[in-house]
Amino acid sequence: MVIGKIRVPLFCSLIIWAALWEVVGRSGASFIIPPLSAVFARIVEIVPTATFAEALWITGKAFLLGNAIAIAVGVPLGVIMGRSIIADRVFLPWVNLFLSAPLTALVPVIMVIFGLGETTIVMTVVLFAVWIIVLDARAGVRGISPSLVEMAQVFGANPWQAFGKIYIYAALPEILSGIRLGMIRAVKGVVIGQLLVSIIGFGRLFELYSSRFLMEHFWALLFVLFAFAFTLNEVLAWLERKVDYYAAARH
Amino acid sequence: MNAATAEAIPAEPRAIVEVEDVSKVYPGGTEALNHVSLDFPEGQLTTLLGPSGCGKTTLLKIIAGLIPATGGEVRVDGKVVTGPGPERAFVFQDFALMPWANVLRNVAFGLELRGVARSEREAVAESYIGQVGLKGFEKAYPHELSGGMRQRVGLARALTVNAKVLLMDEPFSAVDEQTRRKFQEDLLELVARERKTFLFVTHSIEEAVYVSDRIVLLSRRPSRVSQIVEPDIPRGDDPEAIRRDPAYIDTVEEIWQGLKKYLDEGV
Ligand SMILES: Nc1ncnc2c1ncn2[C@@H]1O[C@H](COP(=O)(O)OP(=O)(O)OP(=O)(O)O)[C@@H](O)[C@H]1O
Ligand SMILES: [Mg+2]
Repeated sequence: MVIGKIRVPLFCSLIIWAALWEVVGRSGASFIIPPLSAVFARIVEIVPTATFAEALWITGKAFLLGNAIAIAVGVPLGVIMGRSIIADRVFLPWVNLFLSAPLTALVPVIMVIFGLGETTIVMTVVLFAVWIIVLDARAGVRGISPSLVEMAQVFGANPWQAFGKIYIYAALPEILSGIRLGMIRAVKGVVIGQLLVSIIGFGRLFELYSSRFLMEHFWALLFVLFAFAFTLNEVLAWLERKVDYYAAARH
Repeated sequence: MNAATAEAIPAEPRAIVEVEDVSKVYPGGTEALNHVSLDFPEGQLTTLLGPSGCGKTTLLKIIAGLIPATGGEVRVDGKVVTGPGPERAFVFQDFALMPWANVLRNVAFGLELRGVARSEREAVAESYIGQVGLKGFEKAYPHELSGGMRQRVGLARALTVNAKVLLMDEPFSAVDEQTRRKFQEDLLELVARERKTFLFVTHSIEEAVYVSDRIVLLSRRPSRVSQIVEPDIPRGDDPEAIRRDPAYIDTVEEIWQGLKKYLDEGV
């Protein structure tokens, strides 16, 4: 893979930035920037604690549940929009609106409706993730070759069979890429939701650390989240590449 | 323009597909078919031939029940067509295989949709895969096959559902010339072996004359039946001899003369 070529410079620049951070941190220029080594020491310290485990559990639960709902709603809706002009006319403006809207501003509304609890976090995740899933599933279905649709009809597929055996699979590359992008947005959603609610999960920890000026803890937590989002993206991108072979062979 | 030659059809085989006064106007105003009436005798291969864009695909899809006619009706086996049905199968020009499924599943797909048990449908599919000459490729995926092999998969899939009528829209147009000739021979064999009715669309006059029992010439859009030709060519000999047969050459010439006037008129 080309990665051999890319990873080395990337790695180098990371080391340079890390060194710079360490120097600035040690110089004590600002309390906001503790030495990087201290942050990593904190990661090792925080991660095994029960508080962290609980926050991770709550966050993970909200994240997975929110994504599950977003997929369960988003994929069928996208497929229907891709197949039906009427459904498309009805939903597309809203989907486009929400896709580009500053969703953070809507979280307080969700908070009012669902209260200061886990439901709000789950709904925030759904709010962030669902639109891109809808749009990509729609694009995937619209890209299906018409003869494949006719094939299903000619051989007697009922609408359910056409959905489950043709549309979903034919649109799978786009659906997966929508899910991946949705999950990246969902990470934002879960963090923003928790920060705004700030009494559960990582939000509570962030609140705790920042209010007590525990900057090492604060950064440690951020790093863990960054690493999580990055790994998630890589895993999903890898999955996507596995189905790419037939995206090319589709037409 | 020219009156459809409502030719007296020999009475022997019954008409399994009856097209009666069918018209089709697409939304947007394109008038594809103009009062077409046509019978397709059972057990024969009838070819639709005509200038590009004259509505051959449209007629085939109306018979398949994929699109509604704007006027007239189609009866298959005496029943009025309102949608696709198990007595009709379709072979697609671009194969229409599922890229995520292997040959076996693709061929068995019609039976899968009908809820036939897996072992049963796979046994049927395997036998047809053998018949179209793809034995050993059951586990291969479409992107691993050549165009000719993919169309054999499409053909096997249409045969597997055991429909009485096979609709084929330019099935050989996406394969190379050698493969195409082999296909034509295989098709003749198939028509002789399976007692099925074939509705075949092609652009090639030679192909039409070579494989057909009857050739329906359609006029330029909006289409009407302009002529029906029944090539009387000795079959069963070696293919090269057929292609040199005077009757074959004459028929090709006759059809060419019939179609040429549409070309002369320009588009
Ligand atoms: N879905 C559609 N909407 C509008 N017009 C259409 C549609 N499908 C076909 N047509 C038009 O109807 C006419 C007949 O089309 P059709 O595909 O049946 O022709 P054809 O004889 O199969 O042509 P070819 O030999 O090129 O395959 C053409 O003028 C075409 O542009
Ligand atoms: Mg056509």
